[in-house]
Amino acid sequence: MASASGGIDALSQFALTTHLGPLGASVNFTQSNVSMLLAAGLTIVIMWIGMRPRAMVPGRLQSAAELIYETIMSMCVESIGEEGKKFFPIVFTLFTFILFGNLLGVFPYFFTFTSHIAVTLALSLFVFLLVTFVAIREHGTHFFSYFVPPGVPGVLIPLMVLIEVISYLSRVISLSVRLFANMMAGHVMLKVFGSFIVMLGGLGVLGYPPAALSLGVNTLLIGFEVLVACLQAYVFAVLTCIYLHDAVHLH
Amino acid sequence: MTRDTGDSDRAFADRLRAARDRQGLDPRPKPPGEQPEVLGTSPLGLGLRVGLELVSALVVAVAIGYGLDILFDTKPILTVVFIPVGGAAGVMNVYRLFAPKPRKGSRTGEA
Repeated sequence: MASASGGIDALSQFALTTHLGPLGASVNFTQSNVSMLLAAGLTIVIMWIGMRPRAMVPGRLQSAAELIYETIMSMCVESIGEEGKKFFPIVFTLFTFILFGNLLGVFPYFFTFTSHIAVTLALSLFVFLLVTFVAIREHGTHFFSYFVPPGVPGVLIPLMVLIEVISYLSRVISLSVRLFANMMAGHVMLKVFGSFIVMLGGLGVLGYPPAALSLGVNTLLIGFEVLVACLQAYVFAVLTCIYLHDAVHLH
Repeated sequence: MTRDTGDSDRAFADRLRAARDRQGLDPRPKPPGEQPEVLGTSPLGLGLRVGLELVSALVVAVAIGYGLDILFDTKPILTVVFIPVGGAAGVMNVYRLFAPKPRKGSRTGEA
């Protein structure tokens, strides 16, 4: 918890170490990748095992599977429109991958891969490229009219196009930083208050009340983290849907 | 409860819906075309989102300006030019966030 110098070492939890011995080290297979595989595996298990009974009145696991499926399906149809069904698989994959990544991170000994900007940036770059590709495929060169807002005087068009392009590109940053910052901030807070418990508890009797207070704060934070984990996965999926809506309908 | 017979699937669905309505389990059906309102449900979340939108546009603009500066060897000029443009793009992002929804839908291309 607390480092040797007596300070609070809140960031070492994000350090990557390789797994699987020399083989893992040679291909840089880190605990982040283990968590990713776990998240993907959990999704498959819930959808596969959960939907096996195919019961009219679903059990717990089937309810969970149906709930996730229906939430994402209605999100796709509501935000994108009828064409949204085409994009359901990709939105569903993104949502469950991020959701289980975030939720696994709340448990001890698990790594939160969404707390690394490299991961979230890769995800948002993928979304960005997908949206751009869909827009160009649907509309061809007409897609570039997206950067010319209607009703702008001719003199201002070069400036507006520049601003629109920057605004379009900034989606990558805002999408990735939102997820990354939320997950990292939550885990840093947990670590800081966890360190408080140990440091104050070491003070003796006088330290017990504030240590207990820190424990209470940490308990609340864990609940908050679960909320943030679900909310951020949902936000990422909704924004993907909204961007896809813009790509399909263009204006 | 009566036992389900072959054609009672429909009746079962109706009864299930009635029961769920009674318990208030189903959310009110949203008017179609409206985007789900989850972003910035809390004032803090909204504030953070606005800040993020402003900064991310600026980051992109500075990156572009700096990159072009290195490319054309015009060290500070293009970065300086792009910073206000990035700020404007950030304000535009924020405007999009708060713009009335129907307006966003009716952005028909005239170009």
